[in-house]
Amino acid sequence: MSKEKKPKEPLPPLRQWAHVVALGWLIPGGGHFLLGRRGRGALLAGCVVLMFVLGLLMRGTMFQPQTGDLLTTIIYVGGFIADLCAGILYLLTVWLGYNQPDVAGHAYDYGTKFLVGAGLLNVLAMVDAYDIATGKKD
Amino acid sequence: MPKMTLSHFEASLLFAFLTSVVLGVVTKKTDRERLIYGLQTFGYFVLALFGLGWLMYLGHG
Repeated sequence: MSKEKKPKEPLPPLRQWAHVVALGWLIPGGGHFLLGRRGRGALLAGCVVLMFVLGLLMRGTMFQPQTGDLLTTIIYVGGFIADLCAGILYLLTVWLGYNQPDVAGHAYDYGTKFLVGAGLLNVLAMVDAYDIATGKKD
Repeated sequence: MPKMTLSHFEASLLFAFLTSVVLGVVTKKTDRERLIYGLQTFGYFVLALFGLGWLMYLGHG
């Protein structure tokens, strides 16, 4: 029995969602605010900002892209991209000179994970904003 | 800037809570479904936390 492949849905027009996703990246929850989903936007923004600030308070390290063996590349380039996904929070932190060296200790380690986690939560928020903007979700 | 030092448990609980809220908000359609899913996810996080904690404790000898 052969499975029929569903034809791939065409990508919705860029002007429908690009500004929403871009604002969602720059300001966590901003995409939702732009679409009039204030409650969801506030909740998402609160969680992302709180996680990022907790990461800073725990003196987490910001990843710098490094290449080498596969594991090093995945960890450092992936970590850098995830940090960058926090948008204005990451940019402001770097512009204001936050530069925490990688120090041993569980609090520092959790801080680094919180900073990465904040970026990844913002990615989820951006995907949600994309779905709303393109009408896939209410 | 003050430095915050949380225990493993406190940091993990905070991480679980914030992640569960976001997962609840972006995954489900109604507020009730979001609340239930968020609580469920948080419960699974805590369960995994205790499970892995005991596993490490017993594995450590």
